[in-house]
Amino acid sequence: MSSHAGPIDHHHDHTTSTGIPNKKLFMWAFLASDCMFFGTLISTHLIYRLHPPPGSPDVKSIFSIELTSFSTFILLMSSLLMALAVNSLQKGQVRSTRQNLIGTIFFGLIFLACQVYEFSHFVHEKGLTLSNSIFGSTFYVLTGTHGCHVAIGVLWLVLMYIRSFKPADADQGRAWLIKGFFHLIVWGVTIVASMASMLGLVHAIQVGDGFGGFLHHHPVEFGVSILGLIVLWLLSRQEGPVDFGEANAMDVESMGLYWHFVDIVWIVIFTAVYLLEYL
Amino acid sequence: MDAAAQSHFTGKEAGHAVEKRPWIFTRPTAKTGIVSWLTTVDHKRVGIMYGISALLFFLVGGIEALIIRIQLAVPNNTFISHQFYNEMFTMHATTMIFLAVMPLSAAFFNYIMPLQIGARDVAFPRLNGFAFWVFLAGAIVLNVGWFVKSGLPDAGWFGYAPLTSTDFSNQFKADMSTDLWVMGLQILGVSSVVGSMNFIITIINMRAPGMTMMRLPVFTWMTLITAFLIILSFPAITIALVELMMDRSFGTNFFEVSNGGLPILWQHLFWVFGHPEVYILILPAMGIVSEILPTFSRKPLFGYPIIVFSGATIGFLGFGVWSHHMFTTGMGTMATAAFSLATMAIAVPTGVKMFNWIGTMWGGHLQMRTPMMFALGFVWMFLMGGLSGIMHSAAPADAQQQDSYFVVAHFHYVLIGGAVFGLLSGIHYWFPLIFGRRIGEFWGKLSFWVIFAGFNITFFPMHFLGLNGMPRRTAVYDGNMGWNDANFIATVGAFILACGIGIYFAVMLYTYFKGEKAGRDPWDGRTLEWSIPNPPPEYNFAVTPTVHARDAFWYEKHHKEEIAKEKSAHAKEDEAHGGVHMPSQSWFPLMTAIGLLIGGLFFVNHKFVGAICGGTVMFLGIYFWALEGPGGYHVHPSEDDDKSGSYGKH
Ligand SMILES: [Cu+2]
Repeated sequence: MSSHAGPIDHHHDHTTSTGIPNKKLFMWAFLASDCMFFGTLISTHLIYRLHPPPGSPDVKSIFSIELTSFSTFILLMSSLLMALAVNSLQKGQVRSTRQNLIGTIFFGLIFLACQVYEFSHFVHEKGLTLSNSIFGSTFYVLTGTHGCHVAIGVLWLVLMYIRSFKPADADQGRAWLIKGFFHLIVWGVTIVASMASMLGLVHAIQVGDGFGGFLHHHPVEFGVSILGLIVLWLLSRQEGPVDFGEANAMDVESMGLYWHFVDIVWIVIFTAVYLLEYL
Repeated sequence: MDAAAQSHFTGKEAGHAVEKRPWIFTRPTAKTGIVSWLTTVDHKRVGIMYGISALLFFLVGGIEALIIRIQLAVPNNTFISHQFYNEMFTMHATTMIFLAVMPLSAAFFNYIMPLQIGARDVAFPRLNGFAFWVFLAGAIVLNVGWFVKSGLPDAGWFGYAPLTSTDFSNQFKADMSTDLWVMGLQILGVSSVVGSMNFIITIINMRAPGMTMMRLPVFTWMTLITAFLIILSFPAITIALVELMMDRSFGTNFFEVSNGGLPILWQHLFWVFGHPEVYILILPAMGIVSEILPTFSRKPLFGYPIIVFSGATIGFLGFGVWSHHMFTTGMGTMATAAFSLATMAIAVPTGVKMFNWIGTMWGGHLQMRTPMMFALGFVWMFLMGGLSGIMHSAAPADAQQQDSYFVVAHFHYVLIGGAVFGLLSGIHYWFPLIFGRRIGEFWGKLSFWVIFAGFNITFFPMHFLGLNGMPRRTAVYDGNMGWNDANFIATVGAFILACGIGIYFAVMLYTYFKGEKAGRDPWDGRTLEWSIPNPPPEYNFAVTPTVHARDAFWYEKHHKEEIAKEKSAHAKEDEAHGGVHMPSQSWFPLMTAIGLLIGGLFFVNHKFVGAICGGTVMFLGIYFWALEGPGGYHVHPSEDDDKSGSYGKH
């Protein structure tokens, strides 16, 4: 109900038996289930690492631990931004929520780009593929599944971002959904272009070309992503009273639970798949 | 009653705005007709759809079983090919487990559980509709082999690793069937997990005031435990299926022996799911029986807390014993001994439940109505199945019985004598509530006795067949093995069983159209679902009930003075002003599920463009779903809707 006056108690819902909001409880149940998903995948990987078939690749020569550490750090930072977004919305600051959401999306994208880069690097330069060794199979499927979770999280964040533009005046009908769809397409293009740019950038940094070399090789991707960001910025200015505020803090919070969980799972994967190899 | 005439949009002040929308976003409001069913978010309608589909697939699975039994009736039979036999036993198991028993349980979860806890609906009504449509999508994918050249899945419901590798399964036919099986089960997993999370949240969060956890009806408790088992065990098989799918479609090596893969890993992952699955199938039936026995014994359930805790213990232990399916794979003596012991331990809470049921009937005034007959059949048959189950937990005995007809006899006693008898008794018990008509006693009892006899004639001889060494999953046996008579008897029994099921269905259909009107509370019930008119109105409870004791409705009927003393009119007044909040219907659960179906079918065919198109439909469904909002409107039940002596009107 939108018309309650006074501050909203974010942690207690009087319409449920336990006082915990349904959405939050749902997210906890989902995460319990997801723990089993990742548990199964991680144990599959570890079992095959403990019993490597003859001819297994030398893992340390494949990994590039610096890049992965960097992307891990980025993912942790995105969790921070996510927490800030929840905090902002609990105070009713829609604008700051949006900014933090964009930040979370952006950091999530950097992480994904690093992963895509890592995958293509491993395939093309280190010769590790899905099918040529059991290590490749378990590694790509495990980290790829995690990557899918991050991608779904990014998509969810984008949807929530668009949701925050729903006008408060319901008489305006659902035109905003169509507009939102346009918004979504811009998001899509921007995401793809900035992913490509980041791939180029990571590559340029790795081979020592620096930013100039990156601009030289990837002008289109860079241009499109900048253009996309400008359009997004313009779109984000369409203001007016919106149907998004403190009452939606729970929606953002449960999304945050998901995001933090994916982050924690990555820490486990980073430890079990990468760091353990360096013991 | 025409609910549409009474409902109205209450405008912005109540938080439910009237919206002008482009046509595609017009929320359907039809209360009758095909659209109302396609877009429904009412847990009762979803439950009925689950029930009808499950019963149809139950018939399909039964026909598959008959085909198997005909083939085995006489030695050296040439009724069907070996290939088709493999397809039949694979599909029989898959259909019965995933498309008949589980969705039939889900039908009761959906229909009965919210009524038992005094809720308007489940916690996430649109998600509930989605779970059903996804179930149907998975069922279609599994059965599409009937109509296409590649044929039905044929690697067994356990899908053991070498049998499902591309090398092995493609040597008999250009093989899409295993891909169909993999994809179908993955889609069904989505449905089960999503549905179960909905049930968990509903039970934990949507209870009527006063309905504490230790006052929950036992069926609701078993729903909760089953739902937890589902959300924790299905991920294991889903990942195993993902790995298998990657092996088959993208050349990974998870189960490819030639590249270092370990087929035993498949068995571990499969049974980590597969053993809890047994309890997913049986716990709902235990819950149903625990409702029926007290009602027809005119006594409260004996040892309610114990039955709840033993259910939870069974669920918990169920996770720790998966390897008893793998005693003969050479895990090593320590592992085998440990799993052996843990498995025997499960007999304790199960036995405790048995004594609770007997204690419930002890000294009661037993009313031998048809639901009670099926419930008693359950107790007896399940005891038989449980006893032969304990035999399997001893590893040396299991080494003898492994993959013989003894195992087949055991799990059919548990799954038909247990789960199916429980569900059939539940249909009889709740039929008057759901459809307002009561199944006639004579025909009901006749169907019971025919089913009971047919079942025992079919499966009891299989114990001896198994001990005499007849292996399962063989299409043909030789005439001088000493297996002829028992096999022939079993086949005759299967046809008697089929007749019984036929009578059961015919009686059900007849009752639906012409049966005697049930009247309110026909069994003198104990739980809240009986407190409302039948068939229930779309809003369930005109006034949210306040619960004062376990067996809430019974207490209500027999302790009017105590309740009058402590009742508060507060909640009632609130509702009188606002009406009953109802969720709006929606197209998008259906649209999302259709996208999943299209994507899945094309993916199986390795037509990735088509798969992407399906994915796009699914994505659009999610997009509109996420952004359309829950919606809602208010219904104002009038005083006369509920005049026949209502709960909550003191
Ligand atoms: Cu088992």
